This record gives sequence, C-alpha cells and structure tokens, in this order.
Amino acid sequence: MVDIPEHLLQRSAEARAKALGISIEQALAEMKGESDPTVVSKEPEVKIIEETPAPAAETPAPAAETPAPAPAAEVTPVKEEHAAETTEKVAEVAIEKKPAAKAPAPKADTPDEVDFAPEVKVTQRLLTVVKAKPIQKAASEPVDKVNTWPHLMLPEFVSLMAMTAFLILLSAILQAPLLEEANPNVTPNPAKAPWYFLGLQELLSYWDPQIAGVMIPLVLGIAVWMAFPYIDRNPETHPSKRKFAIMFYTFFLAGAGVLTIIGVLFRGPGWNWTYPWIDGIWFDDLLDWIHFE
Amino acid sequence: MQKLSLRDRIKEARVTAGDSFRGGKLMSSIFRPGSPFRKGYVDSPRNRSYVVMNNVLYHLHPVKVKRHGVRLSYTLCLGGLSFFLFIVLTITGIWLMFYFRPTELAYVDIQALQTDIAFGSLVRNMHRWGAHLMVLVVFLHMSRVFYHGAYKAPREFNWVIGVILLLLTLLLSFTGYLLPWDQLAIWAVTVGGNMAGYTPVIGAQAKFGLFAGLEATTATLLRFYVLHVLFLPFIIVIFMAVHFWRVRKDGGISGPL
Ligand code: HEM
Repeated sequence: MVDIPEHLLQRSAEARAKALGISIEQALAEMKGESDPTVVSKEPEVKIIEETPAPAAETPAPAAETPAPAPAAEVTPVKEEHAAETTEKVAEVAIEKKPAAKAPAPKADTPDEVDFAPEVKVTQRLLTVVKAKPIQKAASEPVDKVNTWPHLMLPEFVSLMAMTAFLILLSAILQAPLLEEANPNVTPNPAKAPWYFLGLQELLSYWDPQIAGVMIPLVLGIAVWMAFPYIDRNPETHPSKRKFAIMFYTFFLAGAGVLTIIGVLFRGPGWNWTYPWIDGIWFDDLLDWIHFE
Repeated sequence: MQKLSLRDRIKEARVTAGDSFRGGKLMSSIFRPGSPFRKGYVDSPRNRSYVVMNNVLYHLHPVKVKRHGVRLSYTLCLGGLSFFLFIVLTITGIWLMFYFRPTELAYVDIQALQTDIAFGSLVRNMHRWGAHLMVLVVFLHMSRVFYHGAYKAPREFNWVIGVILLLLTLLLSFTGYLLPWDQLAIWAVTVGGNMAGYTPVIGAQAKFGLFAGLEATTATLLRFYVLHVLFLPFIIVIFMAVHFWRVRKDGGISGPL
C-alpha cells in the first residue's frame, strides 16, 4: 500500500466527512477500508464531486441529475493514478465518488471496472488543499523606515557642526578660569566642588556627614538608579500612563536644579546664605563670566 | 571641428584628469563601492544603502532607521551629541597633552599654554567648556530617555550601561578638574575627596587611595592625570561601544510614544 502520510489522510477524511455529512472517524475508517463506504446518492443534497462530464457520460443516469459542480476542496483527495497502482483498499478510496455517481454501486466496484484511460478521465485531482500561509510567521509588524544615509546622517552632521561652532564661539568669548597656583596652606572660603557636585555639597551641608554618612546613601542611590528599569515594571511608555514615574523624575530634576543653583549662587564664606546681586558670586568657574561689584 | 580655446582645453583636460583620478585605482581602493566619493555615484536607494553598508560606518549605524527616530524632536540628538562632545574632548585633550606635565610644573605649563602657544587658550577653553557641556548633555540625554520610558523592556540593560557612562563622565570631568593645579582645582578636588573620606568603615582608605596620600599633592596630580587621559577614556569607550551596540540590538530607537 502506498504510504499516505497520516496528516494528509486526516485532512482527506475531514474533507470527505464534510462532503458526505458523516463523522470524521467514519470517513477515516472508510478510507482505510475498515468499514463500508457510505453510499451517497441516497442523499441528494450531497454534491457529486466530478467536474468533467466523462463519468457521467459512461454511466448516464443519476450523475446527470445532480450536475452541480462541486468545489474543488470537496474532491476526495487521493490521486487516481496512485489509486490505480495500489491495492483494492486504496482504490476504493480513490474512486469513492464513483459509487456516488453510479448510485447504488456495490463495494465490488474494483479498479478494473473503472476506466482510467487518460483521454476520457481527469487525471489530475486535488490531493489536498493547503491554505495560503507563510512557512515562517513574521514576529513583528513592518515598520516605517528610512535610509540612514541621508536621513539620519545629515541631521547628525549638521548638529555636530552646530555644536562645534557653538563650542568654538563660547571658548573664544569666555576665558576658562585659572587662579593662583595650588597652595595647600591657603584654604579658600568657601571651597566649592565642581558645579555638578554642588547640589550634593549643598545637601550635605544640612547635616554632619560624619554622623549621617555620605557614601552609603550615595552608593545606594546609584544602585537603585541603575536598577530602576527592573523596579519600574509598568510597561507603558506614554506619559499619561506613567504619571507617578514622570512626577518622580520631575521632582528629582527640580530638586537637583534648585540645590545646584543655591550651591553655585547663594552660598558664600562659611557656607552662609548670600545674594549674588548683593554679595557677588562665590563660584570661581563663573568668575570671568559675570562681573559684579 | 571647431578649434577649442586654450581655456576650454585646459578645462577639458582638468575634467578628464579629475575623472580618471576619481575612477582610478587609487581612489577606488580607498572608497568602497557605493561611496559618494567614487566616480559615477548616483543617488539611488541601492547606493544610499551602500553608503552605510559598505563602510566602516556600518559599525555605528544600520542601513535603515525608524522614520520617527530621525525626527530631531525625538532624541534631540542628545546621545549623539554626548558622543560628539567626547570626540571633540579627545581631540583637544590629546592636543593639550603636548604641552602639559603632571608635576609641579603643571601650573606653569597651563600658563604658558595660554600665553605662549598659538591657539593654546582657545583649545584649553574648548576642552574645559566642552567637558562641562558634556556633563550637561549626558544628563539631558538621560532625562530624555527617562521621559520617553525608553529604559523599558528590552532596553533595561542599556539603561544600566547608561548610568555607568554617566558615572564615568562625571569621573572624567572630576579628574580633569585637578589638572590645571590652581587654587580652584586643588580645593574643589579636596572637597570631593573629603566626601569619599566619610565612607563608613573604609573612608580613610578610600580617601588615601584617591589622593595617593593624606591630601591633594602632586602625587594626586599624577594619579588623576593617568586616570584622566588613559584609564577612564579607555573604559568609557568600551562602555560606549556596548551602549551603541545595544541600541541597535534592542531594535533601534524606542517609541514612537
Ligand atoms: C557618555 C554618555 C552617553 C553616550 C555617548 C550615549 C549615547 C547614546 C546614543 C547615541 C543613543 C542613541 C539614541 C539617542 O541619541 O538618544 C543612546 C540611546 C540610549 N541611551 Fe545613551 N548615551 C550616554 C549616556 C547614557 C545615560 C547616562 C543613560 C541613562 C542612564 C543612557 C541610556 C540610554 C538608553 C536607554 C538609550 C536607548 C534610547 C532609545 O531607544 O530611545 N545613555 N545613547
């Protein structure tokens, strides 16, 4: 017997079951020859599965009465050639529609009674219907993309140029500070850190670092900041759906900004509060920027 | 045939020479197929891809990017500008190294740089303001990333790398702050180093390690110098490489919102 893959048989059985209005198990059993084929012609609503008039011509009667062309999918899905080469059982499957056409044709309808002459018969039949599906499923939707050159690289180049021009201009106008030579014996008052640490210095001035500890909260803060994506499990990215996170960061920004500005502009000797417009600016990085007094 | 004027003949010769030069062996060995510098470059979708793909640029950029990602208003080019600033700082920094000795002479060297050396003052200013600008721009870049929620899956790890980049940027800036060896430098670094001294348990050791002694001396200067011109740039370049790689591997720019 020809090896018909199990899944093809299964599909054929499904198609057959659908065509004949019987259960799939029954159809399968019939196709494997385990039970008698269903006689279809008694049920006129079942469509006859032959598009060519050939068999009808051979066996006129009932086929002519039911000329409705069946959709291809309903054809019993085994090729005739195959059937012809094989044993009776498969042949039965193959010519299953034959009994249907001939009405009460007995099971004894053996292959030699079927005329397989190619000039009269349809030699091609639908084996199975494979739905048009891609073999691989694309995981993502196609995205609207543009060429990096020139659409990304030109703006990049322009911003590089603009930034360089800005920096050169700034450097031509503003002289970087250079005070007297370093002298460990002369402590300036106040002694200030670089501006990006001034917020921290201002914060630390509120309590004695020796008591409160500095590095532990700092290192902990950095660790939390690094782990932030693993802490914030909200998958939304739209601002309206992550109000808390937005608020949190905005407060952080505002706080850092205010502390830094206080540290840069409003702190004078002894880290006392000063007003830049009254007492001048106590921040050497800014010395050459703005000349008060 | 009409006789060409001398001028036209020179022009013709120039064009032909230019063409055969551009199409010649030398130039085509330098510029790979698809390069706009090659002879016969035409602006076609295929060549636009080749400009990136056939080029060392392919290490930085994919051939195509999301349309919304190239809108300037999305990234504000802040990550790119952080990188550009780093490049500018590297170039000006190497230039400064020619005139600088990390010893007691550091201060004198800076003075000489400003007064005796052509463009010395300008380059020093560029390096200094550029460093401040880079801290600012990196910080803004981080804020942009935060507000876009661009640190969310699958980009969590790139945020971690980003925070490391921020710390390295701050450290680079901080170590550079000491190098002019003036009162501003030494006392700002003293303030910062003293903070490290408040670390519980290992505070004294941390401070000693940072200062290479009990206070800021020329030993500190040498230490900060090596960190500033060699160690930290080396590390930050590695992390930047990973950072850029991950931007691509995580599916390009996040969004749109
Ligand atoms: C030296 C510092 C840094 C450089 C040179 C750099 C460079 C870049 C570049 C070029 C991009 C591409 C998109 C863009 O331009 O916005 C990017 C994206 C990104 N950066 Fe950075 N970055 C730096 C620091 C940081 C920091 C401090 C963080 C956060 C703590 C960070 C987190 C991210 C994330 C999560 C992305 C992906 C954004 C997205 O997909 O929209 N980076 N970075």
